Amino acid sequence: MSDAGLSRYAQTALFAEADPKDFIALLKPRVMSLVVFTALAGLIAAPGSIHPFMGLVAILSIAIGAGAAGALNMWYDADIDRVMGRTAKRPVPAGKISAEEALAFGLVLSIFSVVLLGLAANWFAAAFLAFTIFFYAVVYTMWLKRWTTQNIVIGGAAGAFPPMVGWAAVTGGATIDSFLLFLIIFIWTPPHFWALALVKSEDYARAGVPMLPVVAGPDATRLQILLYTLLLVPTGIAPYVTGLGGAAYLAVAVIGGIGMLALAVRVYRRREGKPATRACWQLFGFSILYLFGLFAALLAEKLAFKTFGWVL
Amino acid sequence: MIQSHNDDSGIVLTEAQIKARRRRSLALGAVIGTLCILFYLITVFRMGAAIVNRTM
Repeated sequence: MSDAGLSRYAQTALFAEADPKDFIALLKPRVMSLVVFTALAGLIAAPGSIHPFMGLVAILSIAIGAGAAGALNMWYDADIDRVMGRTAKRPVPAGKISAEEALAFGLVLSIFSVVLLGLAANWFAAAFLAFTIFFYAVVYTMWLKRWTTQNIVIGGAAGAFPPMVGWAAVTGGATIDSFLLFLIIFIWTPPHFWALALVKSEDYARAGVPMLPVVAGPDATRLQILLYTLLLVPTGIAPYVTGLGGAAYLAVAVIGGIGMLALAVRVYRRREGKPATRACWQLFGFSILYLFGLFAALLAEKLAFKTFGWVL
Repeated sequence: MIQSHNDDSGIVLTEAQIKARRRRSLALGAVIGTLCILFYLITVFRMGAAIVNRTM
């Protein structure tokens, strides 16, 4: 960072015009909403019970932890965020919040979220949350993202941990079933992000981020998307096999899986022009719906069973 | 955007900066107030029935 840059940041810190909504933007609310939802599914699906208020505080802690990781990510990535169209308006590159403020905000919220989860639930879940924040902020953001094409494959683990943390908040541990919830998001992440990266590869190339389409090319990426989707469909069905999910879950997993596969094949086959771009956006959009559907089905089944004794 | 003076008035903030600072202060106050209530409730729910079980 240049002296002029430092000076500008120092001025921003002292005489900031940042609104509270800029600090909320640092928390990546859209990412946070998916984290909250999957963590809630893990918390409800876990065997055992937690006081509803403590459950609420546990989810709040996980949400704050996810937001803290987002703030730390925005602090570290401000330089590349500045050159990408999708991220240039984030609070730090836009000059509304200084990098130092974002760092302090992220660190304080990280510590606070971990302590809060420890007090409200248990210290295993709190340690798991701390590890998740560390994984996203340090392993993914500082190390993998700028170093390897496998950045979002390994880094995707950070986004996949929340249902395990929610589960741990109830049980104080981890099981095969909670690991399955992790595995679904972990394997879902590459086709989801690579579909976006195919469309935004110029942005990533300009920022020097070695996303797969930039380094290996779009054709290799399309093949990888198809392979990961082939792996994702049976993984999505696996909770039914272990008994975690019921018939409703199976229906969503099968229908959604067929949809994912059909769209991944479309991305693989359409390689030129607008049809190729449209196919990528369709897969990207549907993948969000698919993941939401799986966890919503699981959530609905468990709530129906725990509240009314219904088996869906 | 930033006005500074060499006289005793020191640094003078712009209207926008004053308003932004006020909004941040209010938000911070609301967060601190919420946390006080949150920690009180966590304590109460953690203690459960034991909260009324004390010697007079």
